[in-house]
Amino acid sequence: MSRTPETSVTPDTTDAADTRRTSDVLVVGGGIIGLVTAWRAAQRGFTTALVDPEPGGGAAQVAAGMLAAVTELHYGEQTLLGLNLASARRYPDFAAELTEATGQDIGYRRCGALAVALDADDRAHLREVHALQRRSGLESEWLSGRECRRLEPMLAPGVRGGLRVDSDHQVDPRRLAAALVTACERAGVTFHRTWADRLTVVRDRATGVVTADGTELSAGQVVLAGGSLSGRLTGVPDDVLPPVRPVKGQVLRLTVPKRYAPFLSRSVRAVVRGSHIYLVPRESGELVVGATSEELGWDTTVTAGGVYELLRDAHELVPGITELPLTETRAGLRPGSPDNAPLLGPTALPGLLLATGHYRNGVLLTPVTGDVMAHALATGELPDEARPFTPRRFGAAALSEQRA
Amino acid sequence: MADDPFVLGGTSFTSRLIMGTGGAPSLDVLERSLVASGTELTTVAMRRVNPRAHGSVLSVLERLGIRVLPNTAGCFTAGEAVLTARLAREALGTDLVKLEVIADERTLLPDPIELLDAAETLVDDGFTVLPYTNDDPVLARKLEDVGCAAVMPLGSPIGSGLGIRNPHNFQLIVEHARVPVILDAGAGTASDAALAMELGCAGVMLASAVTRAQEPVLMAEGMRHAVEAGRLAYRAGRIPRRHFAEASSPVEGVARLDPERPAF
Repeated sequence: MSRTPETSVTPDTTDAADTRRTSDVLVVGGGIIGLVTAWRAAQRGFTTALVDPEPGGGAAQVAAGMLAAVTELHYGEQTLLGLNLASARRYPDFAAELTEATGQDIGYRRCGALAVALDADDRAHLREVHALQRRSGLESEWLSGRECRRLEPMLAPGVRGGLRVDSDHQVDPRRLAAALVTACERAGVTFHRTWADRLTVVRDRATGVVTADGTELSAGQVVLAGGSLSGRLTGVPDDVLPPVRPVKGQVLRLTVPKRYAPFLSRSVRAVVRGSHIYLVPRESGELVVGATSEELGWDTTVTAGGVYELLRDAHELVPGITELPLTETRAGLRPGSPDNAPLLGPTALPGLLLATGHYRNGVLLTPVTGDVMAHALATGELPDEARPFTPRRFGAAALSEQRA
Repeated sequence: MADDPFVLGGTSFTSRLIMGTGGAPSLDVLERSLVASGTELTTVAMRRVNPRAHGSVLSVLERLGIRVLPNTAGCFTAGEAVLTARLAREALGTDLVKLEVIADERTLLPDPIELLDAAETLVDDGFTVLPYTNDDPVLARKLEDVGCAAVMPLGSPIGSGLGIRNPHNFQLIVEHARVPVILDAGAGTASDAALAMELGCAGVMLASAVTRAQEPVLMAEGMRHAVEAGRLAYRAGRIPRRHFAEASSPVEGVARLDPERPAF
């Protein structure tokens, strides 16, 4: 068992637990958040294991990969903005490091984004968003409809104006997930390709999990990073169970044939009659169109209505899409938390940490989550930029205080 | 207001504000807004929520002790609306349904013919039907005639925030109705809700005005006060409008100079 100077939170385990212990850190969940946590933990010298039937799967297989700290800013989410921006700033180095470690390109593309308005009401709304962005110290430029169409000639003639945000980029989440699996393997992370069934708690301390095949995995610290399933692990005491729910998103993938390229050169988004629509063009020719937002439990059915609405709204924004091959339709589950922000770091149960609830921002928040979790595993505390995201904000006391 | 209960389909409520959940930026903001609004009845679109999914908006309502009013938002035909209502009753165990049958996506205005048809079917099926309708006094009367437990006319299109565009129609509907009349759709700010109550509405239903406000929790509290204020004003009876001023300070018994007779 490896011991590094950084394992300052050495659990004071009993002898019995010590003999069963198989790693310093056990990550439950192998989506991008679990993977980045495991990778960073292993880099810090922790012996690290990860349990997931299919590492690299999860919501990242569906997500479009917009790194939209600015264009995703909403009223009342200024705290989350700070974390989003911190992660966006880390992306260039993160992508370079991951590529160096794995030899894989994760499709990080500094392409910028354009949010447009299709009618006078949308335009007024976008003006408000612009004002909010400026109040929050963010850079974005207001463009006339004509200027928008000069940048992106495929946009509908009806575009009434837009916001150009040069700092919102994109990454390919599938490549990101694959690269993180490789990075974990190379850093010595042990993969247990099965489901975690139950958290083991011994004397008020999380000590590991029991897997679906009955294996007992023990660890000094357990990180629950199960995405939308995080609230379902049995054995987690009620007061630390993360309040995370699945929010379904249907996403389409079209292909831009070479003769049409580039078609779109940056991410384009709009609100069409209250629904958010975006189109994210990849260098490979893939064009991702998303996304619905549905509260239907763990349902990942692709529906006629979902596909229809996405195509209808995307067509209103970029009429030319009807000529493109529709190559994939898929639904994923965002892990939604009550305040749309992630739950990071230690819980009230010693030995159990959370890295979940990233909702719409999982891909964007991957770099900062890895750093924050590694810090929390090593020191037992959250770094300053992550303090507001402690899972303890959803404790029973915190909720009743809020209500009063 | 305990001495002035709001009775809907046999159930008595203290709050006259019915909330919707669409457009809320997060569950947390929604929860705090619902608490601030004082609502006891909140509508949820059955096509967008799975009643069996844990941790969703329904769990929030359950935790807060707020009654769920399932609605049929997103339905374009009587057939779809009836099916959605039946699924909601089965899943939630409530006969209450806020019936919406929409004519088109651009205006989201009700389709009166499909609406009346669905209302009739659902009333016969034992539902307590609360139909979202145009501000048409004739249609309101017909909905009441087929047995709806309330009528819910729109002030202006859903989410438009344009307020009550035809207060006169609201007065006509209220004057003839024997069931509660509830403003549904159009409220943009507190004065819209107060006006509805002053016109004699029994309640106000709103969602976007709160959920899409910059500070939803503050607007929810504002709406609560507006509904209460409007109701009190309605019960108190407003003074007649006059063309000229009438002094509000009493003039009787006050010494007066008689221009005919010098005071000395």
